[in-house]
Formats: sequence, C-alpha cells, structure tokens
Amino acid sequence: MSGPSQDAPPVIVGAGPAGLAAAGAFVEAGIHPIVLDESDRPGGQGTRRLTPLLCDKAEPLFGARASRRRQEREAREDHILSLCDYRANTVVWGAFDGGLELLSGGACQDLRYAHLLLATGATDAILPLPGWTLPGVYSLGGAQVALKRHGSFIGRKIVFAGFSPLLYLAAAQYCRLGLREITVLDTTPLRGKLHAAIGMARYAAGTLRQGLSLMAELRRAGVRIRAAAELLAVEGKDHVEAFRFRDAAGREERLDCDAVAIGFGLRPETQLAELAGAAFEFDPVLRHWFPRVSPDGQAGPALWIAGDGARTMGAEGARFAGRLAALSMLQAMGRGEAVKSDEMRRLRRRLEHARRFQLAAAKAFRLPGEMLSRLPGETVLCRCERVTLGEVRAAVPRASGPVEVNRVKAITRCGMGRCQGRYCGVALGEVVAEATGRDLAEVGRLRAQAPIRPIPMSAAMRDAAE
Amino acid sequence: MTASAASSSGLFVPIYEVSTELFISLDGLRMPARRGETVIAVLLRNAAALGRSEFDGRSRAGFCLMGACQDCSLWSEDGGRIRACMTMVEDGMALVTAPPLAET
Ligand code: FES
Repeated sequence: MSGPSQDAPPVIVGAGPAGLAAAGAFVEAGIHPIVLDESDRPGGQGTRRLTPLLCDKAEPLFGARASRRRQEREAREDHILSLCDYRANTVVWGAFDGGLELLSGGACQDLRYAHLLLATGATDAILPLPGWTLPGVYSLGGAQVALKRHGSFIGRKIVFAGFSPLLYLAAAQYCRLGLREITVLDTTPLRGKLHAAIGMARYAAGTLRQGLSLMAELRRAGVRIRAAAELLAVEGKDHVEAFRFRDAAGREERLDCDAVAIGFGLRPETQLAELAGAAFEFDPVLRHWFPRVSPDGQAGPALWIAGDGARTMGAEGARFAGRLAALSMLQAMGRGEAVKSDEMRRLRRRLEHARRFQLAAAKAFRLPGEMLSRLPGETVLCRCERVTLGEVRAAVPRASGPVEVNRVKAITRCGMGRCQGRYCGVALGEVVAEATGRDLAEVGRLRAQAPIRPIPMSAAMRDAAE
Repeated sequence: MTASAASSSGLFVPIYEVSTELFISLDGLRMPARRGETVIAVLLRNAAALGRSEFDGRSRAGFCLMGACQDCSLWSEDGGRIRACMTMVEDGMALVTAPPLAET
C-alpha cells in the first residue's frame, strides 16, 4: 500500500488534554487534523466532562470558579473540534506500517497517515490484593469516572486505597457530592511524604497547597485518613464486605465497606505507540517503560507522542506537550513559517519543569513492591484469566534462558487476557523481578499485540485474510 | 441524595434523579432507564454483577469503568460485544451476560 501524500492532514489519537492542545495548534495554523477518540465526548480521563445528568452538580463538585473555567475550556475545545475532522466513538485497535486500524459503528476502516500524534494517556497502575476481583472493587480512576460519566457512587461505604495524588481528590469529590462513609488508606511511607512535600514545594508549590487543602477538607468532613497503611485483603463472598489493613503502628484493622477504589499511580497507555514503531526505555524513578521521544515528542519519522502516554505529568503538562508536539509536526510538514521558535523554547522549559516535579513526587510515591512478596500465593494476579501469584512464582524457574515477563506470560497466560496486561503488567514485572533477583528493568515489558481492543470476529477474519 | 429505594440491591448509587423513560434488559430481566445513562450505571444500580468470569465462575462487575479492562463485556442477542461502561442506553436494548455464539 502506498502512503498518503505529505500534505494529508495530521492524525491525532486521543481527545484528552494533550490531543486537544495539539488540535488547537493545528487549527491556529489553518490545518484541520483528524482527531480520533474512543469516547462519545472529548476530554480524556482526568479532565473528563461531567455527564449532562449531573449538570446541576458541577458547582458543588468543582467549586464555582473552577466550574466556570471548565465551561469556558469546554466551549473552546468544542470550537476547535468543530474545525477538525473529529471522530468520536472510534476505537483505534491497531497500527501497521503507516496506517491505523479503526473500528467505528461496527465497521472497520484503514486510515493511512503521514504524521501521527498519539495522545493515548494513562490508566491506573494496579497491584493485586486478595479479593480484588470481587464486584465492588474498582480502579481509582474508575471511581472518578463513575462519578463524572456514570453519575454514580461505586458504593455507599467506600475505602480509597493505594497512593496517588488522585487518592485524596477522588475521596473529596465523593464527599462533595454527599457521601460521608469514606476511609482513605494511603500506603505512602511517612518518610516518602516528606520527600514529596519538599519536591513539590520546590517545583509546584500550588500543587502542594492544593494537596494540603484537600486533606484538610476531608478531615473536616469526618473522612478517616490512615497514613502508611499496609493493604492486606478485600473480603466478601459475592461482593465487597470488608477491607483489612495494618496501620502505621502495625495494628491490624478490618473496615466494613461495600466498595473499594485502588490505585498506585499511573502507567502510560503505550500499545499503539509500540505497534506504530516507537522504541522504549525504562525510567528507574517512575518504574515504568516509556516510549523514547525527543524533547518535542517525536518518536519516529512520522510519529509523535504527547501527554501521559509519553511521560506521566498530568493534565497541565499534557497540554504543553501536546502543543509542542503539534508545532514540531508543523515543522516536519514544511509549515515551519507558522511556528514561533521562542514559543517552542518556552514550552520545552515548562515541560522540563513539569517533568522534574513528577520525578520529585515519584521518589515519594514508590510502588510498594514489597507488598507483593507478602501476599499469599492464591491471590489472583491476572484478573482476566484468573492466574494466581503462586502460578507466576512457580513458572519463573520453569522458564528457560534469561527470564523475562513475556516468557512467563507464555507459560502462565498472565497478561494474555482481554485487558492485554494493562492491570496485571505492573505487578507481573515486580513479581518476576523479585523471583529472579533481577532488576525490574531487566525483566522486560509485556509486548503489545493487535487488536489492542477486542474487535468483532468478522473484522479480525477480514484482517487475517488480507 | 436521590438514590431510590429500588436501587438498594445494586452496587452503584445514582447521584441523579432516576426515572423511567425507556427499558433495557439483561438476561431477559427488564430494567427501567433514563435517556443519557450509561449501560453500566443502569445495570449496577439494579444488580450486583454483570455476569461471571468464564475462568472461575465468580461474579464480575467491571473494574476500570473507562473501556480499558473489558471486565464489563456483555453481548447483544445477535452476538455483538459491547463494553457496558462505554455504551449509552437505548430503548429495547437486550443484553446477555455470556456470548451467545462462538464470539468471545
Ligand atoms: S469496566 Fe473496564 S472496560 Fe468497562
């Protein structure tokens, strides 16, 4: 197949903060990009729009000023998208030399590109716990999506557990909408907290202030906060009934609850980047594999990546990165006259600052990998195929040659299920590293395979036949 | 809070006023819904699960709520798969918790 001409419109995957900022930069330059997004409404995850069913709840949820700002931003975004070839409800399930595979309204389509920007964001990094497959346990990001998109609380008595700046934010949002029976179990060690505070004071004092005021708000509302908690198990027969943990003083406690939200920071969504040809590197501080990108987000001759899918840095950093990537793409498209080099320099500086802040914070919010080594062998590690920790530990000595995660996956099926390793991959790496006594960087990363989202059999067959 | 008494058997608690504008069904069980609701919001305020894992038979009820885990997969009666968290309700939607054909 021949590629499209060099002046074909640029293609953006993802209408979150990075994708929308990039679209805005293209529109300013008089170019109308194709914007593909899986959701029915733009906005991404962290900055997801509120369901129209909750239109009267925006003020209590975000505050009067912030909800006005949100409205203005959404109007701006709608205007930008009206000038793009914006395709909502479109799943991108594969990328093959110079083309994307789309699924929309049940039909598959092949889209050739000359310049591609992936802004696919991040999902929660998850560590398993005994009982985490029970109905009522959701990812932390999912608990926020439950509010904003599904207009619902995930339960009546909720435990928010793990570590993440989002932990307190999610709990506060539930609180503002009227839920009172909330407990926050923060697994960050106290020493880590201090480091984080120092890092934040240095790079983002505003974020530190926001964090402190969130905690004060939660305390005033009677929310219980336990620091340096060790998570032990979710209990229940057919759904969540209780949560067991150990507090900072080593005392075990059992909380009655009917829902749990867990999250241990964010991991980048990189399947498409891999299929589109990006190389990867391990970040020893963030402890995840990221696509290798230039300071402007370029990952290949026709490939750019921006936002949390390239480097975790939140919505604001994603906007800088998205805009910078678009400017870099304009240069590559021979439209350099539309780009001001001092703007690019300014964006690069801001991005570097956001990155330093992330690294400072990450030093505190380390994955409690040692938590895994204490979990019983019957704990489910891969929720899709129900592979246990014990099975994975036992498979390590059976793998021949240097053990890496893809071999363990082949033996146990851990990571082969329908979530494609999104929710077991982080823990799988930690477990294999521990069992082999090797560094996390040495045990590799789960390889992506198309389709990265399940597609109808008919579409898959057609594709195999080609 | 506007949670209705009828929702007490479910996992989710709606924050908006529920009303009956249309019906959807899961495994033949009819449930009232309001336009603009997601499928998972309707199902989980009425029920405590979306089916069972084909591997260990235990109840499942979604996990990521944003289209990434596929734990909320359901099938329409003609065999098409949907993710309950990514799909809006439509009147007469008839869903089943296990794939009706070979489609998995
Ligand atoms: S709950 Fe994960 S895809 Fe719907």
